[in-house]
Amino acid sequence: MWRCVWNWIKKERDLRRILFILLLCGSTLSGLATAHEQVDVAELVIGHVEDCYEWHITTWGDTELSIHLPVLVWSRTSGFHCFSSTHLYPAGIEHEGLHIATEGKYKGKIVEGDVRPFDFSITKTVLGLLVNSLLLLVIVLTTARWYRHRQPHDNAPRGFIGLMEMMVMMIEDDVIKPCVGSDYRRFSPYLLTAFFFIFTNNLMGLVPLFPGGANVTGNIAVTLVLAVCTFVAVNVFGTRDYWKEILWPEVPMMLKCPLPLIPLIELFGIFTKPFALTIRLFANILAGHFIILALTSLIFVTAAMGPFINGPMTVLSVVFSIFMNCLELLVAFIQAYVFTMLSAVFIGMSRVGTRENRKRE
Amino acid sequence: MSLLLPESGLLLWMLLTFGVVFGILARYGFPVITQMVAKRKEYIDQSLQAAKAANEQLQRLQTEGDAILAKAREEQARILKEAKETGERIVNDAREKAQAEGNRMLREVQTQMREEKDEAIRDIRRQVAVLSVNIAEKVVRKRLDTDEEQMTMIARLLDELNEKPCQ
Repeated sequence: MWRCVWNWIKKERDLRRILFILLLCGSTLSGLATAHEQVDVAELVIGHVEDCYEWHITTWGDTELSIHLPVLVWSRTSGFHCFSSTHLYPAGIEHEGLHIATEGKYKGKIVEGDVRPFDFSITKTVLGLLVNSLLLLVIVLTTARWYRHRQPHDNAPRGFIGLMEMMVMMIEDDVIKPCVGSDYRRFSPYLLTAFFFIFTNNLMGLVPLFPGGANVTGNIAVTLVLAVCTFVAVNVFGTRDYWKEILWPEVPMMLKCPLPLIPLIELFGIFTKPFALTIRLFANILAGHFIILALTSLIFVTAAMGPFINGPMTVLSVVFSIFMNCLELLVAFIQAYVFTMLSAVFIGMSRVGTRENRKRE
Repeated sequence: MSLLLPESGLLLWMLLTFGVVFGILARYGFPVITQMVAKRKEYIDQSLQAAKAANEQLQRLQTEGDAILAKAREEQARILKEAKETGERIVNDAREKAQAEGNRMLREVQTQMREEKDEAIRDIRRQVAVLSVNIAEKVVRKRLDTDEEQMTMIARLLDELNEKPCQ
């Protein structure tokens, strides 16, 4: 694709002409944009990355094209509720005693009076999560299906299956095997699932069209669950030596006997590791969404300043957005890689003292 | 701030979804791929070893073949040499025999020729003697008409006989 674009640019020979075309487009767009009044960028950006009970796809003329998602709520007082979120929009309308709070602590969430019920609605993030998970399942199972009717002496896969195999083996051979140690086979399904789950969600988050664009891995609940899974894998399969290193490490006696200073730090470390995993992934992806959305908002913010400012700013916004999207593609991969690698390292550290690992040392 | 607080509903969904995805992929997804790749690796290793062994065998066969070929060539050279020697010997024998035969025949012929020559000489001598006697008779008959002449003649003949005895 890049070669195609490059050829086109070479054929055009004149970058100034392209810039002019872009400017023209920008001016036209800005003409459309002036219809709106002052834009609240902060709210727009936050609104896009936050969870929501409907999935707004686009505005076509005056009609809002959005998918209303099912609301599933259980409250202690009124029991179980299940209805379409159409009844709750615009925000503030009451339905079955529930409404979306417009301000306060639970702003944007369903509340019953002032109390927040247990809310397990299919929100935008949940739907995105389900769609992406389904996509991941389809991709990986299709790849696995290719192998079902084949023998080891058949030809190696080509095309997409080959790409998947290459990625799976890259993670397995370059990350899992060296980081976990000799009994990596036990943990490789989890680590591979984590990698591809995060990678798929990151990539889908960058697609601006409907099934993509949901801020899944930029939501702290999602990354928290992933980190907790790693936490469980680390501590449940931790060896005796691992626990000994935490509770009775080989340090001078005064550091652990009257006051268990080092054991306390070590115990604290058990929890900081998954916390760091959670925040790292969440913050990186959220920041990417923020930057792209802010750059896009540039067009609408400058719309009020007239076409002569808005035109160049539009071009700038598009150019920066393209750049940021490319960067985010990289980040999508790197964050998935880093999460997997750190999980593998933590698991490897907790496997200290196993027969094979001792041999390795 | 709500961005930093995990929603309990979302936590539940995420746990459920990730659990299901992990369960399915860990059972039917990734192990299939990694096992197949491991098997393929094993197969490739085996193939490499088999190829190596086959190569070695080929080398050995080639060496053996070369040895057989060299031996055959040696044999051929030996046979050729022998044949040549035999041939030469036969030719030499034949030549020697022929020479001997020739010599023998030559000697025989020479002997025969000498005998014939001697015979002829003897014959000629006899005839010459007869002829000379005849001629002498005729000459004598003609010349010795007179007594004087007869006497002279006898005397000369006697002289000649004395001087030069007949062979």
